[in-house]
Formats: sequence, C-alpha cells, structure tokens
Amino acid sequence: MFKKILIANRGEIACRVIKTARRMGIQTVAVYSDADARAPFVQMADEAVHIGPSPAAESYLIADKIIAACKQTGAEAVHPGYGFLSERTSFAEALAAEGIEFIGPPVNAIAAMGDKIESKKLAKEAGVNVVPGFVGEIEDTEHAVRISNEIGYPVMMKASAGGGGKGMRLAYNEQDVREGFEATKREGLNSFGDDRVFIEKFILNPRHIEIQILGDKHGNILYLNERECSIQRRHQKVVEEAPSPFVTDKMRKAMGEQCVALAQAVGYYSAGTVELIVSGADPTGESFYFLEMNTRLQVEHPVTECITGVDLVEQMIRVAAGEKLPMSQADVKIDGWAIENRVYAEDPYRGFLPSTGRLIRYEPPVEGWTEDEAENGRRGVDGVRVDDGVYEGGEVSMFYDPMIAKLITWGKTRDEAADKQVKALDQFRLEGLGHNIDFLSAIMQHPRFRSGELTTGFIAEEYPEGFNGAAASPELLRNISAIAAFLATALADRARQIDNQLNGPLNPPGDWQVKIGDTLYEVVIDEDCITVDGETVDLSMTYTPGEPIVIAEVGDQELGVKVQMTRMGFRLTTHGAIHDVRVLPARVAKHASHMIEKIPPDMSRFLICPMPGLLVRLDVGEGDHVEVGQPLAVIEAMKMENILRAEKAGTVKSVNAKAGDSLAVDAIILELE
Amino acid sequence: MSANIAELERRRAAAKMGGGQKRIDAQHAKGKLTARERVEVLLDEDSFEEYDMYVEHNCVDFGMSEQHIPGDGVVTGSGTINGRLVFVFSQDFTVYGGALSERHAQKICKIMDMAMKVGAPVIGLNDSGGARIQEGVASLAGYAEVFQRNVNASGVIPQLSVIMGPCAGGAVYSPAMTDFIFMVKDSSFMFVTGPDVVKTVTNEVVTQEELGGAVTHTTKTSVADIAFENDIEALMSVRDFFDYLPLSNKEEVPERPTADPWDRAEESLDTIIPANANQPYDMHEVIRKVLDEGDFFEVQPGHASNIICGFGRVEGRTVGIVANQPMVLAGVLDINSSKKAARFVRFCDCFNIPILTFVDVPGFLPGTAQEHNGIIKHGAKLLFAYAEATVPKITVITRKAYGGAYDVMSSKHLRGDLNYAWPTAEIAVMGAKGAVEIIFRKDIGDPDKIAALTKEYEDRFANPFVAASKGFIDEVIYPHSTRRRIALGLRKLRNKELENPWKKHDNIPL
Repeated sequence: MFKKILIANRGEIACRVIKTARRMGIQTVAVYSDADARAPFVQMADEAVHIGPSPAAESYLIADKIIAACKQTGAEAVHPGYGFLSERTSFAEALAAEGIEFIGPPVNAIAAMGDKIESKKLAKEAGVNVVPGFVGEIEDTEHAVRISNEIGYPVMMKASAGGGGKGMRLAYNEQDVREGFEATKREGLNSFGDDRVFIEKFILNPRHIEIQILGDKHGNILYLNERECSIQRRHQKVVEEAPSPFVTDKMRKAMGEQCVALAQAVGYYSAGTVELIVSGADPTGESFYFLEMNTRLQVEHPVTECITGVDLVEQMIRVAAGEKLPMSQADVKIDGWAIENRVYAEDPYRGFLPSTGRLIRYEPPVEGWTEDEAENGRRGVDGVRVDDGVYEGGEVSMFYDPMIAKLITWGKTRDEAADKQVKALDQFRLEGLGHNIDFLSAIMQHPRFRSGELTTGFIAEEYPEGFNGAAASPELLRNISAIAAFLATALADRARQIDNQLNGPLNPPGDWQVKIGDTLYEVVIDEDCITVDGETVDLSMTYTPGEPIVIAEVGDQELGVKVQMTRMGFRLTTHGAIHDVRVLPARVAKHASHMIEKIPPDMSRFLICPMPGLLVRLDVGEGDHVEVGQPLAVIEAMKMENILRAEKAGTVKSVNAKAGDSLAVDAIILELE
Repeated sequence: MSANIAELERRRAAAKMGGGQKRIDAQHAKGKLTARERVEVLLDEDSFEEYDMYVEHNCVDFGMSEQHIPGDGVVTGSGTINGRLVFVFSQDFTVYGGALSERHAQKICKIMDMAMKVGAPVIGLNDSGGARIQEGVASLAGYAEVFQRNVNASGVIPQLSVIMGPCAGGAVYSPAMTDFIFMVKDSSFMFVTGPDVVKTVTNEVVTQEELGGAVTHTTKTSVADIAFENDIEALMSVRDFFDYLPLSNKEEVPERPTADPWDRAEESLDTIIPANANQPYDMHEVIRKVLDEGDFFEVQPGHASNIICGFGRVEGRTVGIVANQPMVLAGVLDINSSKKAARFVRFCDCFNIPILTFVDVPGFLPGTAQEHNGIIKHGAKLLFAYAEATVPKITVITRKAYGGAYDVMSSKHLRGDLNYAWPTAEIAVMGAKGAVEIIFRKDIGDPDKIAALTKEYEDRFANPFVAASKGFIDEVIYPHSTRRRIALGLRKLRNKELENPWKKHDNIPL
C-alpha cells in the first residue's frame, strides 16, 4: 500500500479523499492555488504545496506543477478527484512516465471514453444501445445545421471534452443551431481547451440513470447498482439518488451487465460511471441508451456508498495499489435509500443566477462527515452526511465550481431519506450569498418528486416561472404563526427584564396578531397552551434571543425554522420558503388596519445586473427601441455567459455601464423610457 | 358622588374624542393614527397617565372663543416603555390641525419640566400644521418656550422626536434640537418654508415629499435619522430604540439579560480582511459578530454610509458604535461622515454610553468640493467630539488607519482607553505608494526603484507593530477574540473617572 498520496484537486472532494486516506493510514498531500490558501482541505492534509494563481488554468490544470509537487513531497500516487485533470490522458501518462501511480483507470480507457465520439463508437461495438447522432468532426455552423436537420430536432450540441453541464446547448430548430454552435465551441475551448463539438438526438422526457462500475487490475469488474440523477437544471445535476425509483431488478441487471461489458471491452479498472439516458415513457425499462462513460469518481458517489456500504475512494486506492476487489457481484446489495442534494451558490429566487462571496455564516446540520470504521459507516450522523470543503468566513470564489456542499441522507425508504433532507435543510445555516437550500427543500417535498415520476425536465416543467418558495400548507402556516408569536413573547419578556423600571417586573403580552402574506392569525400564548384562532396547537419549543435556528416540536414532528429579526416581526425560513411575518401585540394590531399598504415601485424599466459579474457585451445604445425578450446585455459570471433580456418594450433612455465593466449585483445597467 | 363620577367620565370621553369622529376618520384615511392611538402603541399597556386633558385655549380673536376642544391639540403625559419612565407629548391633528397655541405649548413645557426634574426622557410625536395663527405672537412665544426647554434638556435627558405628519416653519426647530428624529415615509415632512412659498420666492417647483419628506431628510439632509414605513413601525421601533438609552445623564446605561457568551470567539473574523488591500468588505459583519446576538440598531443608515453609527449591546449593556465602512467610498472621512459621527459621539458622551470605534480609514476625502465646503471645520468636529469624550473608548483598527484620519478615529492620543489593532492593521501617514512618491520625488522616473521603495515602506509601516512599539496601540489582537477583548475592556472601564477642565461650555467648531 502507498505511504503517501497527493490529491490533485480542491474543495469537498479533496477533503473526501483525505478522510479515507487518513483512515487507511496513508499520508496526504494537498495542492492549492492562491484562492485556496486558507481552505479546509489544505489544513486537513499532512502536507500542502502551493501551485500557483487562482485560475484553474494556471494551477490545478497544470500537470507539471502536480508532478513537481509529488516529487517534492515523495507522494507515490495521485488521486485526481473529479474535473480538472481527472480525465486527461496526458496527465495519467505523465504520471506513469515519472513512476507515480494514477488512482484511476488505465490511460487507454480514459482515452477511449473521454472522447464522446470515440466512446460512442466503442459502446456500439460492445452492443450497448446508443442514441442516434453524428459521429465525427463537425466543420462549421453550416455543417452542424445539416447534421441536425438529418438527425431531426431537438438535438443536443456538446463540447466533445465537456462534462458537468458545461459546454452543452439544446437546439429546437435550425435557428438555435446557428445561434449556439459557435458559443458551444467557444465554451469548449475556454473550459476544456478543446473546441470539438458533437451533435446527437435529444430524447424527450428522459431520465438520467447511471451505473457505478468498480474494477480491479485482475480483471474483476462489478456494477455497484445505479444512481438516478434526473433532477437537473441546465444539464447540471441537482439531486441524485440511489437506487432509482424507476429501475427494477431485471432492468438493473440488464443495464449493469451491459455496462460491465463495455468496461471490460476497454480493460477498465478503478471506479467509473456509465451514464445512460432512459426513456421513462417505456415501462419495460428496456429503452436505455449509452450516453457517456465518466472515467473517474463522480460527485454523487456518496449515495452509492450509503446503500452499498462500499467506500469507493478506498477501493480506488486499493485497486491502484494492485489489490483485488474484496467482493463479488453477488455481494453487492442495496440497503435502504440515499438522496444527495447539491447545495449550490446560486439564487433560485433570482433566476438561479450564480452568486459569489463570503460565507458570513456557515453551519451545516451535522459536522462534516468523518470516516469512521463502522461496518456501513458512510451514512454520516443518523443518516445525515455532509461532504463539504468550505468554512464560515471562507469565500465562494468565481474561479471554481459553485457547489458549496453535498447533503446526503439515508433512510430505510425513499420517503424517509427525503424527509430527512427537508429536516436537515431546515437546519442548514448559510448566509452571505445566494444559495439553493429552499429550492432543494421544495423539490424534496414536491408530490411529483415523491411519486418518483422524474424526468430531466422536472425543474423546467415544475418551475416554469422560476422559483418563489415552496408552497406552504395552511397547517404549516398556522404552526409558523404560533412559532412567531412564541418568539415575540420571548423577546418581549426579555425586553421587560431591563433594569431601572418604575414598577415591578411586567408580563409580556400574551395575545398576538400574526400576519403571514395576507392572512391574519390570532395567537394566544398562555403559560402552558398556545392557540391559533381559538384552536390549540400542539407546539413545544424553547427560544433564547439571538438563536439563529429554532427547533419546534409540533405534534410528533420536528420543525426547524431559521429566524431573522425584522422591525415588525421576523423573517422565518422553513420547509423551502421564506415567510415575512408581522407580529404585533393584539392591542397594537387593532390599529394596523389603518396602515396603508405601499406598492413597491415598478423596476421593470430598469435593466438590473442580477449578479456580480463582468459586462461582456451591451447590445443596445441610448435611443434604441427594444422589444420584450430582446437580448440587451451579456454578463459573465462563474464562467457562464448570461444573456439579460428586456422585460418590457421601450426606448433606451440612458445607459449606465459599458462593456468591460465589473458590475455589482443590482447595479442599473440601463433605463428604458 | 356618582353624579360627580359621571361628570368625570363624560369629560374624559369628550376629551378623548379630540376633534371628533369625522376628523379621526380623515386621519385614519391618510394612514395615520390619532394622537392617543399613537401613545397607546408607543407605551406599555395601560401605563399612560394623561395630564392636562381639560386644558383649553385662551384665544378670543377670530371666532376662537366659540370653539373649545379639551386638550387643545396635544396629548401629554407620562408612562413606561418596558417598565421605564418616559414623558410623552403627541400632537393631535384632529384638533385645529394640531396647531400650536400658547396653552398647547404650556402643556408640552409642563411635561418637559417634570422630565427634567425627575430625569426621564421626552418623546415628542409631531403632527401639527404649525402655529395657531389666530393667537399671533402668543403662539410664537409658545414655540420659544419649548425651544428653551429643548436646549436646557439637551445633554441632561434624551429627547426623541417622531415626525408623523406636517412639521413646518418655526415648529421644525424643536425637533431639530432633540437628539434623534424619526420620520414616517409619505405622511411626514419637515421644512422651514413649504413648496408654495418656495415657488413664489424662487420659482422652484418641488413637492412636499421632495422638499422635506422622510427620504429626503434621511438621505440628503441628515436632518432625520431613520425613515419608517408607517406609524406602527415607527412607534414599535422607537420602543426598541428607547431600550438602548439611559434615562438621563445621571444614570448608567441600561442593562438587560443576554445569553450570548461574553467571550464568544468568531473565527470567521480572522478571514474577513481580503488579501487585496483595495478590496472592500462589509464592516457591518464585524459589528454584528462583536455585539450581543448580532443585534445592531443603526442610525442614519441612508446618509454618509461611509461611516456607520448605531447602538448595540455587549453583555446586555448599551454601547455606541462608530465604524468606517470600506464598502462605501473606501470608508473615507468627508464632510458628511464627520458631521454624522461627531454628533453621534457627542450623544454617547452626554449619556455615559461607551464608544466602540472600528477603524479602516484611508484618510480625508480630497477635492475642491470638500475643501470649499469646509472639510477643515467639519472634520474638526469629529476630532473635537472624540477628544472631549470622557466615556469609555475602545478602538479596534482592522485595516487602514492613515494620516490625520488615524488621529481622529479615537486614537490613543485622544485619550482612547483601549486601542487594539488586528494584525492586518496598517498605521501610517498614507498609503505606501503615495508616501514613496513624496519622499523620493526625484526617483519618480525610475519605476523599479519606486517599486522597491514602496515595498520597503510597506514592510516598515503596513503593519500595527510600529505604532505598537511606540505604545499607541495597546495590543495587537486576533480578530476572532475581538468580542472577548471588548467585553473585558468594558468591564474594566466601568468605573472610569475622567473629567474635562471646568468650563462654561466648549467651543466646538460648529
């Protein structure tokens, strides 16, 4: 076994690998860029080597620097994590040339599978169903249009070296191809240094299901069941689970065996994932097609670990060291259900725009997962596992992936795992930047998610107008009103403990009027009883002023609520929605009806920068007439180009920014008449 | 006996109707509460004791002898806010438009005199059309009687004004001399001369709201401190605000329990200063992480945001916070920020409120706009205010403390009691580049040499240790320990005794 390994990655996955390595008694070396100097993975590793400036292209993507770090520290093997150099043959080859072991698959397998065009050919030869598409180099936009027309719309244009949602564009018609082809090429070049693009048929209502492969250098290859990753946004995975609610034992076996056959065809070892596109419309489960094979550890590997008990990182290290797999296909079981939610630095309340900045508060619901030696100990604390690589006071920078953390829950059933998600998300404290915690909670509660009727279009179909918070049941709102009144009573009680009072201690008000949205609730708080509109609420809780999250016991349920004070009440966040709650003593509330509701000013005539970023392009000037939906400007943030469109028609009255400007969130770019 | 009681009840009921149901309805229709409703919202339940309910005006001219409404347009009395005594007057717009008469003024003066005698704050709820014109000079005399009491009370008892309707002409000067002014958006305005007169005299066309509305006064003019959405929000917020204030200059700051540990460490403050010296960060985060429960009541948030002023608590006891805000104009001191902070510091000093100062200041703002408008005298106000303050003063330099602005911001030299610096502090005459270009002017043509010298200057001065070696900084502290240091410091300074030389009063550069 290796004595020391280097992790050629950053963030949560670097932490993840270090944890297992540490348990195995292997020393670890981290490499880090300027931006990561204070990152947890750097602290966690036994040694750390600085490898350059913040942009990945100048640090994490430079193989020579990694190899130099190996030599400097005497690391015998490199775990590449995911992304960065993990699927670069040149990197694996360079390591081999230096006699450093690559903790991953053989070079030829990376080469064969890393190229989406090549891999499709191979899959076809291995007898795996493939989606119709064009296999070969596409010359230019005209060529792309011809190909697309032949395949039939919709088609998907993908950067050949792409992955993780970057460099992919969907075209519903010829116009889309013309508009998007060059951009796809550009993104491929910028993100992966490869501008080749391929085009294939896009299957409607598809499900994304993938098979985890694990092999050793002795010819053993197993499949560790499937994961379903259908909940995606812009082809970026958001929710993953294992097993899939769609997959039957028979289907699992069929898919698994095909994928193993493909892996065998390329002499695969280590961990890998075969991504399949499955038509949910075919109940036989026979309509699955090869999409691509990822020759690395996947972001969502923890759900597989939860249900199989296999530590995939451990097995990757052991396989790299030449050990045989300790299990056979028959040993691979499914125990319970696991769901992973990706907590992203993107704001669903603002059209999912990327957000960067400082984590002013960061307290996950449980401590970051620590690898223990429990028999099947990949399930965190009571079935809640957090894989993260950030810390309170740290920065989510524009240089890397916007994922903040992975929240993984395990339950005996799918519902139990989803319930645990809702509970854990309610107790996930994250302040300072936009994040998708509420959105994730909304998905976990969504009846369609619970039914298992998923497609990759789930988010687009269920949230066509964007996201404004999860719908709250009348019962939940009543409970929130009771909690709000309880908080107000506790605060009023404390305020009445100020010194220098005229008479003895005062009692806080017991009768409250709570307003949530347009609904009023009369809440009465007694010594031992809380009623809302005359009905007793079975609520038990404590609150110490200043606490950011309170946990109320409502009946036999626990309800976690994030508390923020406002001038006339609280902003309470729970179960995937923010509730601005006005709480007034009843004697004050009787006057509240005289207050005039003020309508917020119409901002639609302003084009407002929705996120901090670079104004790449401004398409209009003063005096130009614009139509609804017309692109006005392009903001680049998180390496993504975001087109800002006109919300209403009009003439441009003034322009306040120019291309090349770095803009803050809410900066006014231009104003219409 | 029962007849007498019946008469009392009848009279009380009549007084409580103010200007009658019709006018009450009109007041409500404007989104405004009546004078008595406002008092009810402001004070603890059933705590209000009204005085002078039956006072009537003494005017006989212009048909006034025919009209008498008990109370004469103002409700006065005393009560409690969270159990602590406060005197209140609330002008009643339903009675003669709240216009101020001689007797109306007498009522106000009476409670102010009582408040002064017993040492309790006065809160004025202003909603008045102005002077009672029918009374002529008697009404003007009434204003002046109030003004004189405002001045006598200044620095003795806290005086708060809430503008909840019109407040125009001479009437503005009473609130103007109180300690804090709060306004209600869209329904309150303050000006010396209204839009009609402005149009006649200067031909300017301007709305009431633009001329003297809550937004104008809390952003542009700084006449008012905070704008609230409506009457209830304003009054509930005043209750919260009141809890920070001692009852008088003879009292200590109030104390209330908190569960927030005094020695709470905030590791995340160790990383708040960005690696790049030109990158801003939000000073609010530092403030909130230091104060009890993250609770901070900011005053003048919309004006001169390059300096932050407000109240918070440490170990349940009130502190005043002054902090440069690197997010706005790099936290520079200019005319507006100097004036804003100077007045705040003086308020704290009047009322025994310890002052915490967080410093990240690149200097004073240069330019003709500043110089020609008198930055010298206005900047001197803040310097003066800090220098004369005898309350406990704790200073934390987080990053830049450059030039004269370093001296101003509660430095050791101005009798700072505890002056701390984070390791990221840079205490110097100016930024390294500027300094080198002056000291080595002859080498400006040689960029390599300038760069080397800049580096040398940085190494020498871009740290807290030069200042610490001279005793100007008491200790260089870990940012995460800031709350613990401050809490401990405040305990140590609780019995601080320091007096300025006897004087009639000082002569601050107004």
